[in-house]
Amino acid sequence: MDDTLQFTVSPDFPPDRLSGWFVFNTWLQRQLGCSVHLEMYDGFSAQRAAVADGHVDLIYANPFDATELVRHRGFVPVARPQGKSDEVVIISRASSAQDAIEALQPGVRVACTTDPDVRQIGLILLEPANLTPADLTLIDTDKHLLSAKQLLKGEADVAFLLADAYDGFSKLLREQTQVLVRSAIRDIHHALLAGPRLTARAAELQQKLVAMGDSATDRQLLGELDFPAWEALETEDVEFMIDVIDTLRAGA
Amino acid sequence: MQDMDPGFVPPPYREVLLTYHDGSVRKVYVTDREEPYPDGHLIVSRTNCDGILTHANAAFVEMSGYTREELIGQPHCILRHPDMPKAAFADLWACVQRGEQWHGYVKNLRKDGGHYWVYASVIPNVRDGVAVGYTSVRRKPSRARIAEAEAAYRDLD
Ligand SMILES: Cc1cc2nc3c(=O)[nH]c(=O)nc-3n(C[C@H](O)[C@H](O)[C@H](O)COP(=O)(O)O)c2cc1C
Repeated sequence: MDDTLQFTVSPDFPPDRLSGWFVFNTWLQRQLGCSVHLEMYDGFSAQRAAVADGHVDLIYANPFDATELVRHRGFVPVARPQGKSDEVVIISRASSAQDAIEALQPGVRVACTTDPDVRQIGLILLEPANLTPADLTLIDTDKHLLSAKQLLKGEADVAFLLADAYDGFSKLLREQTQVLVRSAIRDIHHALLAGPRLTARAAELQQKLVAMGDSATDRQLLGELDFPAWEALETEDVEFMIDVIDTLRAGA
Repeated sequence: MQDMDPGFVPPPYREVLLTYHDGSVRKVYVTDREEPYPDGHLIVSRTNCDGILTHANAAFVEMSGYTREELIGQPHCILRHPDMPKAAFADLWACVQRGEQWHGYVKNLRKDGGHYWVYASVIPNVRDGVAVGYTSVRRKPSRARIAEAEAAYRDLD
């Protein structure tokens, strides 16, 4: 294998952040003094296959994938985006009588991307209505915007969306919908993880990432990724997050 | 553990003597008031291997009615409600000490004598192959499940 490090970002990043990640990759190359290739995979399964084949050295991982990477694939935590957690909203059409979680009935049609966090957290938010996955018709989509469109076309009754994506929708689109519930979990977030070829330099990288918050230019760069700074992520922090996620995987 | 302070409990209330698994007793005051579970939140706490609270998130603190300072360092049974059967917690401890997850519906007692229902998961925190403590994550249960749990616990005691 050549010396180029392979970097990848969880496919659930908002599309308008793409150029921000490429700029960040350039920053990484300069800081690490070696070449770093940013590969954006088309979906979670393609990215997981690349990890399994040892083609990933640095990953901005979805929290549910972080479990596998840290516990079974020798990745170590480096940093997390400050103040950012993975939250989910469940929405229905503004005109819908389905205006509260408890009003939802078995048979409800749910539009949802295949992102593991959105789906799992969304299902938990439906538990107060006594709905299990068997009570739902899930309509898979590729993008949060498409989930919202399924809803507006009347092909779905509710949609699960990443709260960040929903908040980024146009006012017009948001006004055609109502939020039935918004999660406030806080303890679950994306994480930058270093793979086996990079673990020896993880501490050095962590230091450089955290220092970005002290430089106006670097903060501007991070602004393009929609967070103000990187925060150091320690093994115990990510172990705790994984413990929380493990409890969520078990159904009620 | 200290007895509950009836000064924080709006009457009418009943007084109950709780006996814990280690034989210690605590006087608690109980009202019928239910505190609604906050939508969308998870209530998270961690304990050491002896069940002493080491961490509580904001939702945990708020729902308990205590301050964080009053909670950390206390045994987790500070929340035990007299309507909860001993068998449920015996099962919880047996499960997590075997290294397994435990799930169940729990009625918790607040500092003000009220209560709140949760669907709780408890998991051992395994680090380098050794359990170093436990984490519990609670979710909002449906009314139907709460009704079932109430009936089942009434029969158990
Ligand atoms: C991580 C963890 C979380 C717990 N959460 C609760 C709780 O929310 N409410 C509760 O009454 N007991 C909880 N327990 C069980 C208590 O430790 C205790 O067993 C229970 O209150 C009954 O008291 P006793 O076992 O001393 O009789 C928890 C235990 C652990 C390990």
